[in-house]
Amino acid sequence: WVCHTPIRLRELIRTIRTARTQAEEREMIQKECAAIRSSFREEDNTYRCRNVAKLLYMHMLGYPAHFGQLECLKLIASQKFTDKRIGYLGAMLLLDERQDVHLLMTNCIKNDLNHSTQYVQGLALCTLGCMGSSEMCRDLAGEVEKLLKTSNSYLRKKAALCAVHVIRKVPELMEMFLPATKNLLSEKNHGVLHTSVVLLTEMCERSPDMLAHFRKLVPQLVRILKNLIMSGYSPEHDVSGISDPFLQVRILRLLRILGKGDDDSSEAMNDILAQVATNTETSKNVGNAILYETVLTIMDIKSESGLRVLAINILGRFLLNNDKNIRYVALTSLLKTVQTDHNAVQRHRSTIVDCLKDLDVSIKRRAMELSFALVNGNNIRGMMKELLYFLDSCDPEFKADCASGVFLAAEKYAPSKRWHIDTIMRVLTTAGSYVRDDSVPNLIQLITNSVEMHAYTVQRLYKALLDDISQQPLVQVASWCIGEYGDLLISGQCEEEEPIQVTEDEVLDVLEGLLVSNLSSPVTRGYSLTAIMKLSTRFSSVNRIKKVVSIYGSSIDVELQQRAVEYNALFKKYDHMRPALLERMPIMEKTASNGPTEIVQTNGEAEPSVVEPKHPPPVGQPASQVKNTVFGLVSRCLSLMAFYLFDLSKTVNFLSIGIPPMTAYNKNGLKIDFTFERANPNPNVAVITIHASNSTEADMTDFVFQAAVPKTFQLQLLSPSSNVVPALNQGTVTQVIRVLNQQKLRMRIKLTYIHKGSAVQDLAEVNNFPPQSWQ
Amino acid sequence: MMRFLLLFSRQGKLRLQKWFTPITEREKKKIIRDMTTLVLARQPRSCNFLQWKDLKIIYKRYASLYFCLAVENQENELLALEVIHRYVELLDKYFGNVCELDIIFNFEKAYFILDEFLMGGEIQETSKQMVNRSIEASDMLQEVRCTGTNAHPDLNHTRSIVISHVVFICLFAGVGILKRLGFWCFTKQ
Repeated sequence: WVCHTPIRLRELIRTIRTARTQAEEREMIQKECAAIRSSFREEDNTYRCRNVAKLLYMHMLGYPAHFGQLECLKLIASQKFTDKRIGYLGAMLLLDERQDVHLLMTNCIKNDLNHSTQYVQGLALCTLGCMGSSEMCRDLAGEVEKLLKTSNSYLRKKAALCAVHVIRKVPELMEMFLPATKNLLSEKNHGVLHTSVVLLTEMCERSPDMLAHFRKLVPQLVRILKNLIMSGYSPEHDVSGISDPFLQVRILRLLRILGKGDDDSSEAMNDILAQVATNTETSKNVGNAILYETVLTIMDIKSESGLRVLAINILGRFLLNNDKNIRYVALTSLLKTVQTDHNAVQRHRSTIVDCLKDLDVSIKRRAMELSFALVNGNNIRGMMKELLYFLDSCDPEFKADCASGVFLAAEKYAPSKRWHIDTIMRVLTTAGSYVRDDSVPNLIQLITNSVEMHAYTVQRLYKALLDDISQQPLVQVASWCIGEYGDLLISGQCEEEEPIQVTEDEVLDVLEGLLVSNLSSPVTRGYSLTAIMKLSTRFSSVNRIKKVVSIYGSSIDVELQQRAVEYNALFKKYDHMRPALLERMPIMEKTASNGPTEIVQTNGEAEPSVVEPKHPPPVGQPASQVKNTVFGLVSRCLSLMAFYLFDLSKTVNFLSIGIPPMTAYNKNGLKIDFTFERANPNPNVAVITIHASNSTEADMTDFVFQAAVPKTFQLQLLSPSSNVVPALNQGTVTQVIRVLNQQKLRMRIKLTYIHKGSAVQDLAEVNNFPPQSWQ
Repeated sequence: MMRFLLLFSRQGKLRLQKWFTPITEREKKKIIRDMTTLVLARQPRSCNFLQWKDLKIIYKRYASLYFCLAVENQENELLALEVIHRYVELLDKYFGNVCELDIIFNFEKAYFILDEFLMGGEIQETSKQMVNRSIEASDMLQEVRCTGTNAHPDLNHTRSIVISHVVFICLFAGVGILKRLGFWCFTKQ
């Protein structure tokens, strides 16, 4: 027989670290686990501690260690301090309150709380205070309360934090700790003082009665704080010349809670706050940490105005600090106070705006948020200049938020309509692909209502289209405007700037170009087709328009096909209605809510009074969304007309043309459909448009779609229409993929988005491509 | 309160995990993955703070180890940096010029020290000396070294080689000196 002594912990660690591959490591771990398991089975007391320690190491590497849970309990129950130390550590790492065996600890802890050695008591208090379940807390609260009254400061400080944990788990037990708090603050020991302040803070935060009761402690807290500031150098608590900054900050926080909404308390702490604010050394982080807490306290209590100004000025100085952390913290705090102390914060506007140019991403974000909060009627021009410059140069992650912020600010404070349109144009041309989907209907509404700017607007949008047709929101707004105001465009009249000379054919060329371009999303194509149709009552080249419309009657895009067929019918059978239907849009009232209008399926058409809906709306249009908008009414009309008058079912052939669409992904409420086209010049290139929709009740933001194909293929991914997939199927994100392929298409897709605050990532294989897509 | 403290290397290997609220193993793994990804992706001279869900994350790199502390939103981030620094100082005092290897080979000690400094997501003791004294006293109570020696074996190994070499050289030198002194005369017979 060879007596097998379990190897030492350090030995095991050294051995495992020599593993060159994951597989090798796993093998070593499995071998050792087997040895440990058999050692546990033999109920070996001598080496249990060593074995559990090894298990904890392996657990940290990510391997399962649940079979050691009971062993931890045995170690805790042992008489040896070494065993208890590892046992309690193991319990804290392996045994949370979800495990059944958790409760078995209660008795051991109870015994150890009454142990003769304070370090054993300490272990028990620590474990209970870190992870004790509600039942354990209920059982042992009495013991904790007893220890809270001991004169042993080592135990007293631990008992205080343990009491905090008990109160967090079982708030009803708070009352029983009240008597023990009576003379906690008269302790000289800083550890006890600190944990006592934490305990008092917890009680005050949870109970208004406690809060009222403890207000009388304000003078004592002020005295303690004063002593800390005025006292000479204390080696035990000194941090860069400041005495016990941790305790100072905690006291400041408790003062904040006690002073909030209470005049007397606020007055009692006024002087000490001013003293800390002016005397704290700011060269190191620790001093600034205290100043920061002081500022937060001053802003929250009923401080006199001089003190508040002092606080804001401290934040202003923070903004100029070389240390990024301090600038970040200043911006965050100013964001909190900008509502209540707007004027004071305004004084630091230029420094804040400078922070937009900071290299640090966290700082830039805060500076952007704060800048938008500071925009008002007086500074709109200057601020917008800075913010538009920021929009030009910032990282993509900021662009959507910044664009939305600019639109909102412009809407509220635009000094003139011309300025407003120019600002919108600037955003659309520089960050057009990042603009949110719901901006498009809002902008269209704004443009419609700026009657005197129509000529100018359509001209500028037309020129922008000549430059760049890749940014979908810009293209959509531009198409809509051209369709609506095309007559003004070709008239050569424009007050605001030099009018351009453009012919009807040139305009139609541009719009038709949008229809065939692979850069255009299906929604955009819908806009341009409708715009072309509208021009039939504004231009004279009606024949050309008729031809275009009839071609798209056989488009493989169902949406386009439906529109084209309807418009065709309008030409053929209902020509007398055409002028009225396609008339200029009237000025619209703003919709009550800010929610997105169902613009995807509809398009601004004519007056609703022309056609009365005779039947209830068809299925598929959420009534609430379309109810109050002109868009919605007309879409209902057109759909009705299509359904009842045009008898669509006989004219549409879905399957005879082209490649059928497919669902590539459908999980967790995110659905991704693929639709196919063959690119015109090169039939070997498949053009796939992805349509991402979200059926959950929260938006999916920062949506990024990535695709990978086998090496034999070539893949090109164009810009997405947006990176927000709106909730409840209110819109889709589209993106075009071009694949050069001659073989069976396979694809791997990666999706990342943020949903309800958490980041989601998923990988999926797409194998169900229809054969027509690659044959 | 603090919610969790993680220590990990530049390759994302976990060296210590302290959780101050009950969390399932699966969630822990996910959080660890998220934290290592987020923190390791940060530019070298970035601000030490970032927002993650409803928590503030404060991280700082010391040599080859990242210290990553998550706190609730009302906590003071600048002070959190001081908390991390204090823990590093405590480790440094205990191990003497602490390095990552010390934490790897003596992880249980790192936990013991942490548990004298923090508890239940709050600071337990603000005096460095008090924490050190408590740890030393607890160490004295350990009956037998069941887990191994204090320092890490690699260092021990190197130390013992160096010591043996020095001894050897001293012996040689010693013999040389003694020869000169004529000490070895006796033995030549």
